[in-house]
Amino acid sequence: MREIEVEKVTQGVKQAAIAANYEASADLLRALARGAAAEESESGREIFRQLLENASIAREDRVPMCQDCGLAVVFVELGQDVHLVGGSFETAINEGIRQGYGEGYLRKSLCHPLTRANTGDNTPAVIHTEIVPGDRLKLTVVPKGGGSENMSRVHMLKPAEGWAGVKEKVVGTVREAGPNPCPPIIVGVGIGGSFEQAAYLSKKSLLRELGLPNADPELARLEEELLLAVNDLGIGPQGLGGRITALAVHLLMQPCHIASLPVAVNIQCHASRHLEVVL
Amino acid sequence: MPKTVKLTPPLTNGDVRNLEIGDKVLVSGVIYTARDAAHKRLLDLLEAGKPLPMELQGQILYYVGPSPARPGRVIGAAGPTTSYRMDSYTPTLLRLGLKAMIGKGKRSPEVIAAMKEYQAVYLGATGGAGALISRCIKDARVIAFPELGPEAIHRLEVQDLPAIVINDCQGRDLFEIGVARYRRSPAPE
Repeated sequence: MREIEVEKVTQGVKQAAIAANYEASADLLRALARGAAAEESESGREIFRQLLENASIAREDRVPMCQDCGLAVVFVELGQDVHLVGGSFETAINEGIRQGYGEGYLRKSLCHPLTRANTGDNTPAVIHTEIVPGDRLKLTVVPKGGGSENMSRVHMLKPAEGWAGVKEKVVGTVREAGPNPCPPIIVGVGIGGSFEQAAYLSKKSLLRELGLPNADPELARLEEELLLAVNDLGIGPQGLGGRITALAVHLLMQPCHIASLPVAVNIQCHASRHLEVVL
Repeated sequence: MPKTVKLTPPLTNGDVRNLEIGDKVLVSGVIYTARDAAHKRLLDLLEAGKPLPMELQGQILYYVGPSPARPGRVIGAAGPTTSYRMDSYTPTLLRLGLKAMIGKGKRSPEVIAAMKEYQAVYLGATGGAGALISRCIKDARVIAFPELGPEAIHRLEVQDLPAIVINDCQGRDLFEIGVARYRRSPAPE
């Protein structure tokens, strides 16, 4: 049994929340450069140029890439041989978010759903925990913007609708979203499980490095098919028309009930912020 | 052929009529920020017959909730938010003389019709380019609803803030025309 002080969790979450908002990841910068090279529309190429410049300015000026510094989603992989000591784990994560959003000059974007009163410190985070073998603790901080999240959908299909139905829902969700979620986007797709599990899978799929194919060859093939269909929509960067509507489609799948075919589409903006800390 | 136009409010109907979809604009001078919460407050004031915190005639609203400024800085990141959330409030403001809005994403058919009726335009700034746009902002101060935090109405002084005309006052929509040019799948019903 390995002991980890929850204070380390707070510090890790805080640093990750700040860095994710200020620094575009290397895989994203490569994906934007590939997109810029592949884009045929002049306005689309101009948008790619602005996004790459935006990433450098964010680093130079110490200003977040985007003013929507997101709702903090934290994915936790907790080794079953870890004993967390020194306080509540959940409180420690939220303290990391509170400190990171305060000291990092990040926008606090959380509010009461009905009164709309701001919580003031961007807490509480949305925390997903999986218990895994081993004695390590992995925390992935995903600041998720409201614009792209609003365009995400869960669909409960009839099994008879099959792959064609799944494909239509993915493409239809992106078509409906149009210019709203800041294309070029990353499309996270969760197929199967239950109503909430499909949504969870769709978000979890966004954590994969951009440009890395799905480890499952069958899913990799389906991802390619979906990416082509999505890019055939012609929405393009910022919706001005172009070849690159999505930089990638990421897919996760698991068995579902014999009566169901759940499909969730979680749309991610081009900032694609997520940062991992391993303790 | 799209042109590049420098815009400084207050705008006249002539300024607006000169703008066509696809034109690049560089906005300078004083503009005002407002997101959905601020829009709701503005309409509540109008309903109560009270004065608004700023003059709307000829003005430009920027849909943005900036991130906090570091000490010594004017503002944090300040890119556009998604505009459709303001759609239900917009026609009223256009009727009062608002001439342009800066945001990202689609507008409703009602807003596009109101822009035609009252002679106004909708400008798209690059969503997610919050750091780049922050460099165009030379001064920022809260003039109303400070309790709304990032959603308060700010008076911004901007220089050459880049945007593109998405909807002109002839009712045209750059998104529809641009996407149709690159679409390879059947058009939606």
